[in-house]
Amino acid sequence: MDNARKEWLLNTAIALALFAVPLWALLADEPFIITTATRIAILAIAAVGLNIALGLGGMVSFGHALYLGIGGYVAGIAAHHAFSGTTVLGLPGTNQMLPIWAIAMILSGTIAGIVGALSIRTSGIFFIMITLAFAQMGFFFTLSWPAYGGEDGLPIFVRNQFPGLNTARPWEFFLLSYGVLLAALAIFAMLRAARFGAALMAIRQNPDRAAAVGISPFGIKLVAFILSGMITGLAGAMMADLTRFVSPAMMAWTMSGELIVIIILGGVGRLFGPVAGAAILVCFEVLFGGLTEHWKLWLGLVLLAVVLFARGGLIGLLAGRAQHG
Amino acid sequence: MAETVLELRGLSKAFGALKATDNVSLTLKKGEIHALIGPNGAGKSTLMRLVSGKLTPDAGEVWLGGAEITGLSVARRARAGLGRSFQVSSLIPDYSALRNVMLALQARQGHSYRFLMPVMRDRALRESARAILERVGLGPRASVEAAVLSHGERRLLEIAVALALAPRCFLLDEPMAGLGSEGTARLVSFLRELKQEAPILLIEHDMDAVFQLADRISVLVYGRIIASGSTAEIRADPQVRAVYLGEETTA
Amino acid sequence: MSLALVLEQLLNGVQFGLMLFLMSAGLTLVFGVMGLINLAHGSLYMIGAFLCAAIAAATGNFFIGLMAGIAAAAAAGALIEILVIRRLYARDHLDQVLATFALILILSEGVRMIFGPFPLYLTVPSVLRGTVNLGIVDYSLYRLALIGFGIAVALGLWALIAKTRLGIRIRAGESDREMIAALGVNIRVLYTVVFALGAALAGLAGALVGAIQSVQVGMGEPVLILAFVVIVIGGIGSIKGAMVGALLVGVIDTMGRFLLPRLFATIFDASAAAGTGAALASMLIYLLMALVLIFRPKGLFPAHG
Repeated sequence: MDNARKEWLLNTAIALALFAVPLWALLADEPFIITTATRIAILAIAAVGLNIALGLGGMVSFGHALYLGIGGYVAGIAAHHAFSGTTVLGLPGTNQMLPIWAIAMILSGTIAGIVGALSIRTSGIFFIMITLAFAQMGFFFTLSWPAYGGEDGLPIFVRNQFPGLNTARPWEFFLLSYGVLLAALAIFAMLRAARFGAALMAIRQNPDRAAAVGISPFGIKLVAFILSGMITGLAGAMMADLTRFVSPAMMAWTMSGELIVIIILGGVGRLFGPVAGAAILVCFEVLFGGLTEHWKLWLGLVLLAVVLFARGGLIGLLAGRAQHG
Repeated sequence: MAETVLELRGLSKAFGALKATDNVSLTLKKGEIHALIGPNGAGKSTLMRLVSGKLTPDAGEVWLGGAEITGLSVARRARAGLGRSFQVSSLIPDYSALRNVMLALQARQGHSYRFLMPVMRDRALRESARAILERVGLGPRASVEAAVLSHGERRLLEIAVALALAPRCFLLDEPMAGLGSEGTARLVSFLRELKQEAPILLIEHDMDAVFQLADRISVLVYGRIIASGSTAEIRADPQVRAVYLGEETTA
Repeated sequence: MSLALVLEQLLNGVQFGLMLFLMSAGLTLVFGVMGLINLAHGSLYMIGAFLCAAIAAATGNFFIGLMAGIAAAAAAGALIEILVIRRLYARDHLDQVLATFALILILSEGVRMIFGPFPLYLTVPSVLRGTVNLGIVDYSLYRLALIGFGIAVALGLWALIAKTRLGIRIRAGESDREMIAALGVNIRVLYTVVFALGAALAGLAGALVGAIQSVQVGMGEPVLILAFVVIVIGGIGSIKGAMVGALLVGVIDTMGRFLLPRLFATIFDASAAAGTGAALASMLIYLLMALVLIFRPKGLFPAHG
């Protein structure tokens, strides 16, 4: 069996498992498990976004928590004003997910465009640090901006609404998150297979060659960075609705680190890498967190082992090297 | 007189006190191979970078097909019709030979911002790429990753990628390097055909190949062109003989 | 707003900057010589602070604690260099970021396991308590000692790098790795020594700052990020750049937090304005870093030309 087929089977198995386990939990009346699966799905969406920049484009963004936080605050602020009946910038609040998602994606895409335009010409440690710096600006801004809770954060009292679903029910909110995850994965796969992806991956491997055949690295990377930020921003809005709370912690540098960790655990640039990575991270926390309060020590050891000895992540371990045809 | 395709006018580039390129002017005319030779450290690579757009000159201009391209980036120059190959093979390592050529074709068409259709299902693109690989003799190796190809095959793939750009002129940086005598002989006859499609500015160390192939030769020493002319003229030039016999001239 | 208050804040900024320099010097050396991004540098700062606090409490002597903190950080640095870090030199930045991120998790939890979840308290040694009169302001003696100490360590480090054999090897390592191998210098040992030296400086900073802040798990990371800001502004690999960057960051951050809210309050005359000022002040150094990177992409003092 060749590697591509193995990866396809593995992806199918992961997708089915992520659906089957909460379905079982629904029947067994275990809402916590449904919520856990929802968390995996939403973290995976965020990481799918990062995977476009990091996996396909080779841009090690150490600041993607910024877009997660922007999405989160859009959801939080919209709900806050809808709840209190006040306006923001002359607009009323809303408790509808669709407009919230649209605004979250537009805003995070815009900010990603600015950050990308300023940082893409740098590389290596400078790119890592400048993306981190912009995320830190967001973190400290939300931390010291008193209007929306400052460091205490902002609660969302009632989960925002989606047409045709009762989002307050864990199972229905899970279905929504799962659907969005599948859509995000489809977008990732489509981008990767299209001419855009061919150009982007070529730039990652050899920017001089890409330029010599006439592909300008800057524009392609910038578009990838914007798309990446938009998807992570969407995940942020959903994350806020899952926890019904936003705080500056969503923009903390450790969150940016966690998103990278998810991609590495799963497999860089692999379609289902973010899903596998998010599942590993969340399951690790839930399972070991119950056994020992020092679970992060073990997480650190596992992560260290993956970086040093299993560089393809879980997907690489089980399905072998990626193939590009 | 044949039409001028590529023209360098008074190009200069200094790194600190070192004049790597010193007032270089030359032309490349339709249907010819113009070879650029010179001892190591003569500034051939710097000149190549100035032409390809990797470096910006301190002074001087680069013209391609009657338009000035001095201010353009590497990518824009490539789109304007400059097809370059690298001295050290520079390909997309994880891509198959076929995908390397397809990338060049897609770039030539100028459509890299297409997000929907899978590139591998683009039959027209695939078939044209395959035809180009057949032409350089890499047809049977189309699905092999560039990183796995042999050195000689990678040199050929470099040429194939340049071909895919259907450029106005080729910029070939030591295409024979490390090819061995048989490979070199085959490439020599291939380039002789190729120059009918677009003229070639050739940098090459292999003097036999240069004197077999070139219509005109320019000799670069310390960043300056000390002689330029037909192969017979260059062979007879006392300054050039001095340089290649190892005696320095300071003329 | 009196002149005395401004002077006091300015001195606080310089003191903060010098402590940042101690952190940044190791970080920039390790990047300059070995090409490694070490996120776990903040953990060494934490180890220095914890060991200093524990030993000072046990012996009743701050200075014995300080020595213990430096030694522990250096030893921990040498150990993780030998066990983990040296496998990362040939890896790309992504692997380095992740592996050292993993080290943060391991070291933070390790310290929590040993010392428990509660903060430790480290008190200023009695000889350095109280204030001194500096003409228009009474200033904390301990903070003044930190300034003096920071300057002394910076001079010592400069002498070490400029005048000693080790320094020559470090500078050679920054410019040409193959050459120092050709000179017969044992690179493995050199790298371990440089890493341990950086760790000792981080441990020293942690112990010194521990006496004016609480000693707790996670204390290293905010300082780590500031130290990265410092070396990116200063130019990665440059000790001089680290010094200039550290003072810039220390003074601008301290003065920004002090002045901006007051400035905004006088201009806009509203409580929200003070919040805006505070928000802007906390972003200042990151703005500075972004500006430096946009206009001088290799920092103010690029180490490699």
